[in-house]
Amino acid sequence: MRYVDEFRDGGLAQKLSHEIAGLAEPDRVVKIMEVCGGHTHAIYKHGVEQLVPDEVDFVHGPGCPVCVIPMGRVDDAIALAERPEVIFTTFGDMLRVPGGRGSLLEAKARGADVRMVYSPLDALELARRNPEREVVFFAIGFETTAPATALTLLRARAEGVRNFSAFCNHVTIGPPLRAILDSPGLRLDAFIAPGHVSTVIGTRPYDFIVEEYGRPVVVTAFEPLDILHAVVMLLRQLREGRCQVENQYTRVVRRDGNPRALAALAETMELRDTFEWRGLGWIEHSALKLRPELAEWDAEARFELPGDRVDDPKACQCGEVLIGAIKPWECRVFGTACTPERPIGTCMVSSEGACAAYYNYGRLTVPA
Amino acid sequence: MKQRRARLRDELITLAHGSGGKASRALIEGLFLEELGNPLLNPLGDAALLELNGSRLAFTTDSYVVHPLEFPGGDIGELAVNGTVNDLAVAGATPLALSAGFVVEEGFEVARLRRLAASMARAAERAGVAVATGDTKVVERGKADGLYVNTAGIGLVAADARLGEENVRAGDRVLVSGTLGDHGMAVMIARGELQLEVELASDTAPVHELTASLLELGESVRWLRDPTRGGLATALNELARDSGVAVALEEAALPLRPEVVGACEILGIDPLYVANEGKLVAVVAADAAAEALRRLGAHELGADAAIVGEVRAEPAGLVVLETAFGGSRIVDMLVGDPLPRIC
Repeated sequence: MRYVDEFRDGGLAQKLSHEIAGLAEPDRVVKIMEVCGGHTHAIYKHGVEQLVPDEVDFVHGPGCPVCVIPMGRVDDAIALAERPEVIFTTFGDMLRVPGGRGSLLEAKARGADVRMVYSPLDALELARRNPEREVVFFAIGFETTAPATALTLLRARAEGVRNFSAFCNHVTIGPPLRAILDSPGLRLDAFIAPGHVSTVIGTRPYDFIVEEYGRPVVVTAFEPLDILHAVVMLLRQLREGRCQVENQYTRVVRRDGNPRALAALAETMELRDTFEWRGLGWIEHSALKLRPELAEWDAEARFELPGDRVDDPKACQCGEVLIGAIKPWECRVFGTACTPERPIGTCMVSSEGACAAYYNYGRLTVPA
Repeated sequence: MKQRRARLRDELITLAHGSGGKASRALIEGLFLEELGNPLLNPLGDAALLELNGSRLAFTTDSYVVHPLEFPGGDIGELAVNGTVNDLAVAGATPLALSAGFVVEEGFEVARLRRLAASMARAAERAGVAVATGDTKVVERGKADGLYVNTAGIGLVAADARLGEENVRAGDRVLVSGTLGDHGMAVMIARGELQLEVELASDTAPVHELTASLLELGESVRWLRDPTRGGLATALNELARDSGVAVALEEAALPLRPEVVGACEILGIDPLYVANEGKLVAVVAADAAAEALRRLGAHELGADAAIVGEVRAEPAGLVVLETAFGGSRIVDMLVGDPLPRIC
């Protein structure tokens, strides 16, 4: 397939793999966090770990937008979905994520009108076609998906569609990275920064990682060759004693991001004081809510929500997985009490989560 | 080394229980087998095998709830015949007769029902089988999605057919009869929700001639399956699990249409889990693999047949994929339907 196969060329992969082996220093393990779930997925799907030497260790970061939604917010979503007047719309991979009261898929089985959409615009179209119903869109994701929500809200306002609203759970990528960098057990040497988020926000928001924490960063695309290329760039930085934000995804990402997307975000959303992340806890200024001007389209303003907090299960060690302190299979419940069918922790809930990716694709390489 | 039965821990049936993945398995083993289990049902094959005066009969049933009812490359009538013919064929049987049950929603157009019945008749003729008995029920508007069809079938198992996961050995080769995922993606695109403009037709077809040709190879043919719901990955996971072997697939060898790869890429779905309705997956002895491939390739339905992997002793119970990129990974059974990923 054009524009995809080129980035999955096995011959080129061998070349890069060889180059990485040459750059790695014997017995010095370099821990590289790939922040984004898309990277985690690609690493396992294509078997990238087997193309790097033992001295390169991928640590899977918090960038799975489905995994980080706290259980209490899932319960709020279910409460919205259970209102008789509501058609509740969501991306497919949010359907199976368990809250304290089960998943949206189970709510649907109990009679809630839950529908899978591929874009918030599909939800808006449902609202136009069902004027007697209230269509709520479960807005989740980083700065990647937030602009689509923003543009949909602007369109709803322009067209005067008043039976559409968004339940906003959009999060931002910078604050959780800072939280991870501040954590006491941290053992990370470098970062593979997310590609799609960076198409929107640019590369500047990662400057603090090199300036304040002295860890090199490479903004990276999602094909397996891209990831190997990023490893080469990071190892070169470390070897040459440089510490910079480099851009591997030059075919799309600009230093200042996408001004139109950022403008749409600024017009519709603002930072929350604080937001809870599953596995990481409360992080200041880490999420977005709708501006008061858009209260009419804000599900949190329009409907009463339970808003109850639900503690992460005690057995779960996701927090330690997320900062690279332990590997997924080192968690005490991995693969036993916690599986993709019955996830306990955030990292097991979506195929982009570190534990689920490992469970689904990677159990081959578990050390005996 | 059969694994122990899955348990059903859910309180309600969700769509995941109908997906063919782990949740379906839990429903079947944790509820239906517990209540209905008997020596004929327990093997959970594509068809039950009955002994009758020295002959072996294969007996199977399947229900069809596809939406839309008509899609590029086929319709629910054709699907209902081919699906049951194929379940018999992969049990090593020649189809003898089918039953057809129709659950029709009030208000359904008669002309459309006639069209679908005629399509069924054509499919039955192509497969050389008669619809010998049937049943019709009409339900109130809103109670069925237009039309549900159930078919059952019986077939005569070839006297020398020795098919079953217990025959599979390390070193055996895995073949597929053609491109993967065509039916599932064609139907998903035909629903019109994706706004993808892709010309893709369902592969619905009877595979009984392909299986008959392979069965002439005798005991070299170990195991046959039609990888419908859940796709090739699910069929091979069931083999690995039930027989305690490993299956290693080679990604570069998998026959895939570029349209299917492209649509799957956009949706974040793996074509290995997407349904086929006219394909065969066969495990054959290594020394018979080339001849099996030649036989599949000689039939119009097998033009894209390929040897896609082999059976290994380790890692027992798992399906692994050697990626075109040079790595390897596990191909696990899905929990429920493959869900599009958000990014």
